[in-house]
Amino acid sequence: MKCVLLFAIFALIAAAEERKKLPSGRADLATGKKLFENQCGLCHGPQGEGGRGPLLAKARLSRAPDDAALVGIIEHGIRGTEMPGASSMSDRELRQTAAYVRSLGKVRTEPAPGNAAHGAEIYRGKGGCANCHAINGDGGVAGPGLAGIGGRRSAEYLKESLLTPESAVPDGYMLVTASPKNGANVTGTRVNEDSFSIQIQDAAGRVHSFWKSEIMELKKQRGKSPMPSYKETLSADELTDLVAFLASLKEEK
Amino acid sequence: MRTLLLLLTPLLPAQVTVPFERILNADKEPGNWLTYSRNYSGQRYSPLDQINTGNVAKLRLAWMSQADEADTVQTSPIVVDGTMFITKPPNIVEALDARTGRSLWTYRREIPSDFRGCCGKVNRGVAILGDSIYYGTIDAHLVALDARTGAVRWDAAMADPKLGYSGTGAPLAVKDKIIAGIAGGEFGVRGFIDAYDAKTGKRAWRFHTIPDKGEPGNETWAGDSWKTGSATTWVTGVYDAVTNTLFWGTGNPGPDWNGDARQGDNLYSDSLLALDPDTGAKKWHFQYTPHDVNDWDSTQTPILADGLFQGQMRKMVVLANRNGFYYSLDRATGKFIAGRPFVKQTWAKGLDEAGRPMRLPNTTPTAEGSLLWPSLGGGSNWYSSTFSPQTNFYYVNAKEQGAIYHKGAAEFRAGEFFNGGGQRRYEDEVPFGAVRALDVATGELKWEYKLHSPSHAGLMTTAGGLVFGSNQSSFFALDAKSGGLLWRFETGGAIVANPISYLVDGKQHVAIAAKHTLLVFSLD
Repeated sequence: MKCVLLFAIFALIAAAEERKKLPSGRADLATGKKLFENQCGLCHGPQGEGGRGPLLAKARLSRAPDDAALVGIIEHGIRGTEMPGASSMSDRELRQTAAYVRSLGKVRTEPAPGNAAHGAEIYRGKGGCANCHAINGDGGVAGPGLAGIGGRRSAEYLKESLLTPESAVPDGYMLVTASPKNGANVTGTRVNEDSFSIQIQDAAGRVHSFWKSEIMELKKQRGKSPMPSYKETLSADELTDLVAFLASLKEEK
Repeated sequence: MRTLLLLLTPLLPAQVTVPFERILNADKEPGNWLTYSRNYSGQRYSPLDQINTGNVAKLRLAWMSQADEADTVQTSPIVVDGTMFITKPPNIVEALDARTGRSLWTYRREIPSDFRGCCGKVNRGVAILGDSIYYGTIDAHLVALDARTGAVRWDAAMADPKLGYSGTGAPLAVKDKIIAGIAGGEFGVRGFIDAYDAKTGKRAWRFHTIPDKGEPGNETWAGDSWKTGSATTWVTGVYDAVTNTLFWGTGNPGPDWNGDARQGDNLYSDSLLALDPDTGAKKWHFQYTPHDVNDWDSTQTPILADGLFQGQMRKMVVLANRNGFYYSLDRATGKFIAGRPFVKQTWAKGLDEAGRPMRLPNTTPTAEGSLLWPSLGGGSNWYSSTFSPQTNFYYVNAKEQGAIYHKGAAEFRAGEFFNGGGQRRYEDEVPFGAVRALDVATGELKWEYKLHSPSHAGLMTTAGGLVFGSNQSSFFALDAKSGGLLWRFETGGAIVANPISYLVDGKQHVAIAAKHTLLVFSLD
């Protein structure tokens, strides 16, 4: 009797372990691929190559050190980011999706071509990028921070955003101009807004706070970017090098 | 420990006791909030007028009560003679001194380690009857607590939480029974409304919201789909003493977004049920969204109101539905009186003479996704609307937002999500919200107060000529006649709850939960 009980306990533990492991069958991966393309691919790219969402076709995912964490992220999303949870997926679907995401990491991704060191010079010098963007707190604040951008965006996406900045305006980023009843107009990025107030950060980093009742007009430039296109100002090689530098910014401090 | 209790006993307020007659006549004691919506009408209207359009600008914070857990506090407090009863996540009931906010007792209940639930360990409040507090637990039990101490008087298992059932709504005390609904509509459960003997906890009746094989209505489900058809009952209903009728809303059919295996109208999902509270017998039903494939639960608390329609005063039961339409029904018969959209909707041509929506072609979810208004969050949701007899307006916190609905496979496994798809955001739209005042009989728009984003919080009207509402983390008061903004307060945490109002020391207070905190306001 005791033997049977022990066996049953072991069987249960084994079953629990089995449940923790991600499915690896061909059918499971095919389902995972379909789920991924439908629900994740829009931001992460159909092959996880990155887009608006981080590149996932890599061996190590910084937010998901183990499979349980990956399943958790798919289910619940990541607070304070644009990553929503796929709360409508079943346990099985979550695990199938996670399995597919892991399989993407096994595909070798080519490093971005170009000279990253030269790209860094362009970033600081000719490109003037640091005037508006910061890397780990070093640089301007008019544009989004770029620390870890190479881990979140594919090289192709970075190149596209340098050529046509308006194709790459991040979710929630918005340029606004407030015309207060008293005082000068303020133009900057929207830091926060609700029904009653708005906070705007100007290019110098100063935050201006307005009650909406104090504003005559609020102009929102949805989908607009104050960033210039580098199509004409950088040569093809310079562009490749700049992208190589940005793609090398893998880690956030 | 016992000595300590004995020492504390004299500090407890006078013994709380609320017989049925007190709830029935709640309007005679406007300083108390005796049931989920204050009285049985569901109007969430307070007859208190100390705080009014003239002085609400001076409203200030009186006290706060905080929770330890990550999930939001969504409670709608009960207040009786200076004591407040609230719920907190994950599975807690607490009695507070309504004057100071100091805790009087706490009931904590363990949660099974494998509990999952669909949407957080949330709860919307308790019921009181006699000297007991009634609480629907997250693990699908109904418990009766001693209102003086929080001690358990009885504990009845409503359903098996392993199958996805959970309790989130406030029960409703009617006569000698406690009526309780159940949640779990994303797990392919079979929904029901239960009534328990308030004294013993013995179940008096159960109304299955999906008829059994052989019962009328079962034929509206293809094959065996009725067994996993959900139609849960997770928000508190209302009661009409004149006709002795219980009104209770039902949720989405399951699986939510894939209706292939459940061809038919899927009764009584997305419906309003009129039941005899003594026996659970059905008097009538009205289905708002036949064969729903968008997760448009119709569980929100309906409102009993009288309104002028084509020159005639009508006794109505009304609500602004998650599907985007406002409906007024005849309270005695359930017959459709009038209805119209109160938000943008693109799925129906309109409502026919019987109030049945005329669904447009190509509006069901597809594998690639199909764009539709409103989103699955609905034009409104579980949170309360309100009706003011001063203005005869129905007020709703409306959401203007569409979504791309997609259909997926749905394979039933007991206790697991059974959804068959989902939605994703439609990027080319800037969603917004609005507090809208509607003509109670027709749903015609009288005024609106636009909000920066869609809200997920309820409204309350008061005799002070006010509408209290929330958007994001702001709690505010509007002029009920015009919609003008009169007061606002930044709470610092997302508000997903209904407001209430009460008197203590003869002074009016207003309470709202925000994120992990219950905030109570009063004038100086």
